[in-house]
Amino acid sequence: MTWRLPVIVWQLLFFVGPLLFMIAMSFFLVKNYRMVEAFEMTSWIKMFGKGYFWDSYFFTLALAAWATIVATCVAFPAAFGLAFKVSDGTRRWIIFLLIIPFFTSYLVRTFSWYVILAESGVINNILGYIGLGPYTMLNTRFGTMVGYMTLTLPLVIILQTLSMANVDKNLIEAAQNLGAGRFQVICKVIIPSAKVGLIIGAVFCFILSFGDFVAPYYLGGSKPPTLSILIIDTTKSGQQWPRAAVVAVMMTTTLMIVAFTAIKLAYSKKT
Amino acid sequence: MIKKNRLSRRDFIKTSTVVTGALAMPMILTANKARAQAAEINMLAWYGHGEPDIVEEFEAQNNVKFNAKYYAGGDNMLGLIAQSPPGTYDIILSDGEFVQQLNAANYIEQLNPDDYPFDDFMYHDFTQFPGHWKDGKLYSTMVRYGHLGVSYNKNAVTAEQAQSYQCFWEPQLTGKVGHFDWHLPSLGMMSLYNGNNNPSPFDIDGGAWGGVQETTMSLRPQVGGFFDYGGTFSSLKNGEMLAMCGIGDWITGVLEKDGAPVASVVPKEGGIQWTESYCIGKGSQHAEIVNKFIQYMLTPAGQVRSAQMAAYPGFCVTNSGVEALRATNMAEAERTGQIEGATNNPITLIKEGRIHYRDIPHQQTLEDWNDFWSEYKNA
Repeated sequence: MTWRLPVIVWQLLFFVGPLLFMIAMSFFLVKNYRMVEAFEMTSWIKMFGKGYFWDSYFFTLALAAWATIVATCVAFPAAFGLAFKVSDGTRRWIIFLLIIPFFTSYLVRTFSWYVILAESGVINNILGYIGLGPYTMLNTRFGTMVGYMTLTLPLVIILQTLSMANVDKNLIEAAQNLGAGRFQVICKVIIPSAKVGLIIGAVFCFILSFGDFVAPYYLGGSKPPTLSILIIDTTKSGQQWPRAAVVAVMMTTTLMIVAFTAIKLAYSKKT
Repeated sequence: MIKKNRLSRRDFIKTSTVVTGALAMPMILTANKARAQAAEINMLAWYGHGEPDIVEEFEAQNNVKFNAKYYAGGDNMLGLIAQSPPGTYDIILSDGEFVQQLNAANYIEQLNPDDYPFDDFMYHDFTQFPGHWKDGKLYSTMVRYGHLGVSYNKNAVTAEQAQSYQCFWEPQLTGKVGHFDWHLPSLGMMSLYNGNNNPSPFDIDGGAWGGVQETTMSLRPQVGGFFDYGGTFSSLKNGEMLAMCGIGDWITGVLEKDGAPVASVVPKEGGIQWTESYCIGKGSQHAEIVNKFIQYMLTPAGQVRSAQMAAYPGFCVTNSGVEALRATNMAEAERTGQIEGATNNPITLIKEGRIHYRDIPHQQTLEDWNDFWSEYKNA
């Protein structure tokens, strides 16, 4: 049992403790830009009564869901190729290359998209040579999605690759020997066998996108704001930390529901 | 037997460590000594005020070191002070309209009017700026200011179009109008566009406030994004945004110097003035040297530095400062209208009644304006 102690202490210190404090903070009041301890529902009533909070909530939810679908679909062929079509050495190298973007700041990587996506940027310049464009890509949902992919795609590819690489090759051969086509092998053998990794990849993508501030602000033009931007707005103006805590509690609750549901789905017996 | 005089690897490392340490020691000692002697001044300010182009000369002359903490927006500043122990900030650069709140919360020290060259100030209002005095006592002194109006890309908007906020609704600007992400300047401009200039775009009744909200909402389809300081710069520079609401020469001036085809004008409906004032933080251990720094910033040399500040330019508040700017950098004085007879001369614009000091809402709360801003961003 003692080996569990560090994990429990870590969870208490860095997750449960701050979470409880955040929940408590959502009942505090702000007076003269200073937080005052209290137990009032004011911030909850205020935020739940505001249309813009719900607009931001559902917008963020939809955006993160889209990012998850896009990342999962884009990552799948890449991960499939890495798991089944290349040698172990090549796979290791490519996984290493996928890790390299994490060596630099996400903010810096996001800003570098300015040069590429701007109307006077690289893509529009290339399209200009063939008489197309310019297209507006910055400060759009497309821009936000590019940011989300920058953040999540390498991770999703890695998680999918690792799960697919562990699929029992005998099952694939058996399916092929029994006359299954390529599509059937993917749908009936590979996806069910790699289900846990595929779902965990999707969950990570959802969690990271749902809470991301950088992509929707700098590439999406904060138009409309996501919940993370709403937190910044709420704290920046009027120092309404309790209201920001309400938003944060709602975000955490949503993420917990999504994560628990997904994990339940991943480990369910039915395939 | 010949003894080989070979240096082993271990000896080499040992020797080189000792030599390097010995060589570095004087520098380490000197640096520590210098660090120990330099008084650290904690500054709370908008971006750029604690950078070398502003403070290095004063630091060298007075053996002090500025540690700057930057904020964006007056309420952001108030929050940072509220959450810090008294005495955390020695010097506070406040937006003029927030000084009264700093004073009401007892965050700033009283100043001695005799310490500052008020006789040299260019305009009477600057010496008696609203909220800087209370019960005949001075709490803050203005050091620079600027005007906000229509900021635009000269390739997309003509100078004639830019003479009215109406240009933000031009069809060619659909999706190309940006907002500096702070409600006060943008909503102030919308208020001016609605004709709320007497007494002030920020002193409006419920009906006028409803009108401002309606006008602002009608602009929403034109809006391409809401930007912070860096985003405002880059979106104007790379042409993503062709007009910007809520800013002025403090942004376009820097870009213009960099060769971008952008400009800012005070339109016919009027412009808004941002005002920056220095205060001494309550309980500061360095009040004396901070006061000296404020005096320095009001000298001609300090005013010239402020007018040419790398982060964003501002107008001089003293006559001797303007004269020194003309002598040092006539091109910048001309560009900003700080010469006699210029149509965009800032003092002339104020005297003509075309400029309104940015303020906090008088008949609504800041929260009302901020809530609407959130709704607007989500629309």
